[in-house]
Amino acid sequence: MFIPHSPAEREEMLASIGVKSIEDLFEAVPKAQRFPRLDLLPGLTEMETAAQLKEMAEANFSLEDASCFLGAGAYRHYIPAAIDNLISRGEFYTAYTPYQPEISQGTLQAIFEYQSLIARLTGMDVSNASHYDGATSCAEAGILAYHQYRGKRKRILVSAGLHPHYQAVMRTYLQDFDGMRIDVPETVSLDEINPRRLAEMTDDSTAMVVVQYPDFFGQVHDFTELAAAVHAKGALFCVCVNPIALGLLKTPGEMGADVVVGEGQPLGIPPAMGGPYLGLFATRKELARKMSGRIVGETVDNRGQKGYVLTLTAREQHIRREKATSNICSNQGLNALAAAIYLSLLGKEGLRSVARLCYDKAHYAAAKIGSIPGFKVLNSGTFFHEFVVVCPEPVVAFNEHLLHHSILGGYDLSSDWPSLGNAMLVAVTEMNSKEDIDNFCHVLAGDDHDHEA
Amino acid sequence: MTTKHEQPTVFELSSTGRAGFRFPQPDVPSAELDPALERSDLPMPELSELDVVRHFTLLSELNYAVDLGFYPLGSCTMKYNPKICERTARMPGFSQLHPAQPIETLQGALLLVYEMQDILQKVSGFTAGSLTPAAGAQGEFCGVKMIAAYHADRKNDRRKVMLIPDSAHGTNPASSVMSGFTVKPVPTDARGNIDLDGLRALCNEDLAGIMITNPNTLGLFDENIDQVTGLIHQAGGLVYGDGANMNALLGVVKPAELGFDVLHFNLHKTFATPHGGGGPGAGAVVCTDTLAPFLPGPLAAVLEPATEELPPLYGWKMPEKSIGRVGAFSGHFAVIVRAYTYCLMQGADGMRRIAEHAALNANYLMHALKNAYPLPYDRTCMHEFVLDAKWEDAPGVRALDVAKRLMDYKFHPPTNYFPLIVHEALMIEPTETESKQTLDAFIEAMLAIAREAHEQPELLHGAPFTTPFGRMDEVKAAKDLKLTA
Repeated sequence: MFIPHSPAEREEMLASIGVKSIEDLFEAVPKAQRFPRLDLLPGLTEMETAAQLKEMAEANFSLEDASCFLGAGAYRHYIPAAIDNLISRGEFYTAYTPYQPEISQGTLQAIFEYQSLIARLTGMDVSNASHYDGATSCAEAGILAYHQYRGKRKRILVSAGLHPHYQAVMRTYLQDFDGMRIDVPETVSLDEINPRRLAEMTDDSTAMVVVQYPDFFGQVHDFTELAAAVHAKGALFCVCVNPIALGLLKTPGEMGADVVVGEGQPLGIPPAMGGPYLGLFATRKELARKMSGRIVGETVDNRGQKGYVLTLTAREQHIRREKATSNICSNQGLNALAAAIYLSLLGKEGLRSVARLCYDKAHYAAAKIGSIPGFKVLNSGTFFHEFVVVCPEPVVAFNEHLLHHSILGGYDLSSDWPSLGNAMLVAVTEMNSKEDIDNFCHVLAGDDHDHEA
Repeated sequence: MTTKHEQPTVFELSSTGRAGFRFPQPDVPSAELDPALERSDLPMPELSELDVVRHFTLLSELNYAVDLGFYPLGSCTMKYNPKICERTARMPGFSQLHPAQPIETLQGALLLVYEMQDILQKVSGFTAGSLTPAAGAQGEFCGVKMIAAYHADRKNDRRKVMLIPDSAHGTNPASSVMSGFTVKPVPTDARGNIDLDGLRALCNEDLAGIMITNPNTLGLFDENIDQVTGLIHQAGGLVYGDGANMNALLGVVKPAELGFDVLHFNLHKTFATPHGGGGPGAGAVVCTDTLAPFLPGPLAAVLEPATEELPPLYGWKMPEKSIGRVGAFSGHFAVIVRAYTYCLMQGADGMRRIAEHAALNANYLMHALKNAYPLPYDRTCMHEFVLDAKWEDAPGVRALDVAKRLMDYKFHPPTNYFPLIVHEALMIEPTETESKQTLDAFIEAMLAIAREAHEQPELLHGAPFTTPFGRMDEVKAAKDLKLTA
């Protein structure tokens, strides 16, 4: 299958090395532990493997068969056919990191275009080649802030509207690192998540303020004044975005962000039970040399052709070792490529359309759900993609009932946010037709009981 | 005149009013939006679908890739990526799953993650594992962080020194510092092993642990590994294993049985998932019972055991004293599906065949090349080896020149200038999936280049000549920083 050696070739090779058997190559391994038994099943053929995997895949409830109202950090969007076709080219997906630019211009130019597209989308000057996901991008932003103040400012103020898992990852990376502190204001209601409150809490020990836009609950705030207040205290301002929302909404760049991070999964990457995704990371040009991760820059070759290379590598771990800006030594190459293709295909018009569809459909759904007796929408201001609904009974009961109708209900907020009551975070994208939404409301309202046996 | 290979960018190809994708007309009324919150301009390119397809196809043709040829990159394990793994990962029952779906709707996927954790444990000899790390570097960060958490849990706050051999990969010190450790280097002895006297001198009450890559980055299995792990344990430290080179050990030895306490895997190296032009790969971390409570989470676990009528219920579990989350969800699931597919096809016997043939190919190349290229550590290697491209009678030639010239012979260059302890290092890892014919062609090219180095060194300095692009001006790239179009 994947090992081509014929017995004769193997013998010839062993003879040229000067050993009798392949086992002789492993004499440095302690004899007592050499060649242990592996408690694994015998290997399968491709046909058998395919059948087994198909069976395991079919044991799951795929979004293809569902009407889905789950978001909370992973979104179901239409993925144009051209994307998978292009990223399935062996020239892209079986290539290594483009350390040899002479024979890697495909990957390098694609990343350069990705960086350019992300910078334009976020309204920033520069972008890196990506981090693992939105959560680790947030953590890397915190690390950037630590380095920016050479460890002298120990506090990172994080909005309670930042995805709870992103907060958790920031704590894993930064909490207690050289005395750093991740500070999330105690919050019991959605109204308390607002830029004014964060501005008041920013002080001289704050290295960075991190907000989400739209926030975890779908709320959209203008952060222009907050950015100014953060800068007045000498700190950095970081905005974690949903890139689809930026097809419509004012950019963090326009608001004064220093760093923009976010989850790039909505840009043509399948939900795949949580990964691999795409960590967006863009900054103002003054911070370009402080960004961690791979960065591609334009240059020329010795034949006078415009070309691209990995640049600013002096920041990275293989050169700087313990003084590196981060230990990261990869990017989400193929997913960055998918995002670049997605943004190029949709372009100016398509990106605005998809954002507008998500916005309009979410508002239609919110109005419709809000009119069902016993249900209340908590979002009072502008929202995008998502909104919070308080249900008359525990969310888990509704979701179970919805599932019988092949509907994946919203994200249950009750364990992370007990103060909100029986709260469900409902996500709506262009994939939810009016009929889907009406049907969702119908089942939520309990109007389907007549038809059940 | 040579042909120009440079391609316009998507912005240069853009034409106002063109669109590559259209969404359906809205079926709901338009909602109000405060104009102050709308963006003023959306400077995205405007292209047709064909524009986009042709552009990225033309770009792909400028790449080298495993599907096109031999990729002997040391420490990167550029083996063949089986096509069936691409198909299984794209099955809608895997790719179209939301991470927050009720676990009852994810039982096939959770079983897969659970079984993959189990396979990694069985191959390595450990008893616990987590697949949440996104990449090798993150798996390594987790392993080191777990060692820090272990000492903190025992209220031992003196243990802040992490030992790292001088042959180690640069991520090792970077991960250690991120976990709050001070790094001390350990020298390598003349046979390429960890220097035992040097190590003894560093074993004291400040010791937190050691990070060992075995086989090391010279491709050599440490002949004193038992003594090394013994010394560290006696001093109260823990042993971290960098699993970058696990391809050499599958079915050959279980790191847990050598005294390692925690180890990371790179699924994209050892288990053949594609490198994707730089990612996404997937890390994984496995450990002993002692360290299991500190694993990053969530892990796939059996929440309710099987009954006579029902199979077990799988779900997510956070280890008791976990170092926490390292990603938004629970790891690179689509990569895990590919690795799992590969592992099922290998089974118990296949694993050992991988390591055996990886070592066979590496030793075959080493023997064929060692008379033409200086070999600083001349003993049987594992899956890779390091040459020193430094000849007294060809003083102007460097490893970089050999690497660049190889491209004219249609091969990807080996890793160069690493490990740092070999000055003009060429680190060669053929992997088990390359045939004798390919290796022979590579040997021929390497021998020809060694001759050229002596007879026509200018050929090497100017190389490559036959690639679509020549050597790039890297100084200009860093100085006149241009990161966007």
